[in-house]
Amino acid sequence: MTLFPRVVNETTSRELRKTFRNPSEIFYPLIFFVLVLTMFPFSIPPVPGLFNSLASGILWTAALLAISLSLETLFKADYGSGALEVIYLSGADLVLVSIGKSLGHWIISGLPIALLAFPIGWALDLNFLTLWVLVLTLMLGSATMSLTGASISALTVGLRGGGFLLVMLTLPFFVPLLIFGSSAATNASLGIVPEAELYFLGGMFVLSLTVAPWATAHAIRIRLG
Amino acid sequence: MMNFLHKYASLRNFYFLSLRLSRWLVLPFVFTLVYGLIGALWIAPQDYQQGESFRIMYVHVPSAWLSMFVYMNMVGAAVLTLIWRVKLSEIVLRACAPLGAIFTFLALVTGSIWGKPMWGTWWVWDARLTSELLLLFIYFGIIALFHAIEDRRMAAKACALLTLVGAVNIPIIHYSVEWWSTLHQGPTVSKIGAPSIHIDMLIPLIVMSVSFTLYFIIMCLARIRIGIREYDKNSNWVKNLVTSTLQKEHSQ
Repeated sequence: MTLFPRVVNETTSRELRKTFRNPSEIFYPLIFFVLVLTMFPFSIPPVPGLFNSLASGILWTAALLAISLSLETLFKADYGSGALEVIYLSGADLVLVSIGKSLGHWIISGLPIALLAFPIGWALDLNFLTLWVLVLTLMLGSATMSLTGASISALTVGLRGGGFLLVMLTLPFFVPLLIFGSSAATNASLGIVPEAELYFLGGMFVLSLTVAPWATAHAIRIRLG
Repeated sequence: MMNFLHKYASLRNFYFLSLRLSRWLVLPFVFTLVYGLIGALWIAPQDYQQGESFRIMYVHVPSAWLSMFVYMNMVGAAVLTLIWRVKLSEIVLRACAPLGAIFTFLALVTGSIWGKPMWGTWWVWDARLTSELLLLFIYFGIIALFHAIEDRRMAAKACALLTLVGAVNIPIIHYSVEWWSTLHQGPTVSKIGAPSIHIDMLIPLIVMSVSFTLYFIIMCLARIRIGIREYDKNSNWVKNLVTSTLQKEHSQ
């Protein structure tokens, strides 16, 4: 693969290898995602069709929570074992390392969640256009979350109350993604092609790809002193 | 630039400068507050639609203005912290965050009190309210990060970075929430052309905003002085300062 610089490739494949060595971890965000979804039917009135009409918003919220929580794993193990310090001292370009890390994180959390949303949405009677829009917006949105969230994950790695702190810091920044992602799916279910929302999500993705890795690299530098 | 920074960003120089500055600012603050309150409560005419209850605007609008002004200050401090590594700007950042949170909270509460008689409800998921609420959460996040990292200088740098991430995101949050839904009245003061507000109502509003800003500066300087004393607590000048204060108190 010559698509990416070598550092990005190495970092991504290292992330994937690390995860597949302990494969049960891949399922945590997915199970959490489905579990959150399962909670909603119990908490809303059992009016026929109500849950289905809220489905795309609820799917998006559950995905948002699952991905925010999974961001903690991005740097935690490497910080604890000292591998992050070794990478830092090796003189590798931290910006590229950050991109590789985000890409690896997206492949193991955002991508499976987006794909899982397809059968779940199908089970909830969403029409075909809505399903595709949902998967597409979740893919774009989760990629943006992996990139933006990486900077905050690096800032909070190894701190007291790290997980809570991370979710608390990231959620406000993910609100625009939630608004545009779920409204795209809602519009699609009404038969409107949600071009504007998709462009917006695409724009957010490009913006985070150009800015967030620098922030993440700097965050690593700050935390390692 | 660097010489200027070294002179005034030296913690000791700034400490005594800020003492003098606060003393000068107290009088304008009291004057604008009294004048603004008289203007707001008596001189300004009743609103033809909202009656007397619009007068809460004179607390609400300055708070909302400061909630954003404080953040702009923090962005400036964050840039100084990350690029020039100015020690003073780290202290400024730390001093500003809780003040910003308080003004944001005040803007939300007064807006809610104003909303009850006008809109018939304490809270609506309206664009400005929601983005102000998210701003409050961002302030909380910055404060939480300050408390989570033990090392002061590392905490300041981490928060500076978080402030900048927030600065990129706040406009996006604001406009996406606005696109999502809005009920709040449109801007009346900053509109291009003639503001759609009576001059007798406008003047107290501006005076109150100036007064709130002065209050913020005075409070911020006080918090900065505390921060400086903590940062430099092992230096001789702080030790001398504390001993001389203690002696003064003892002799009284």
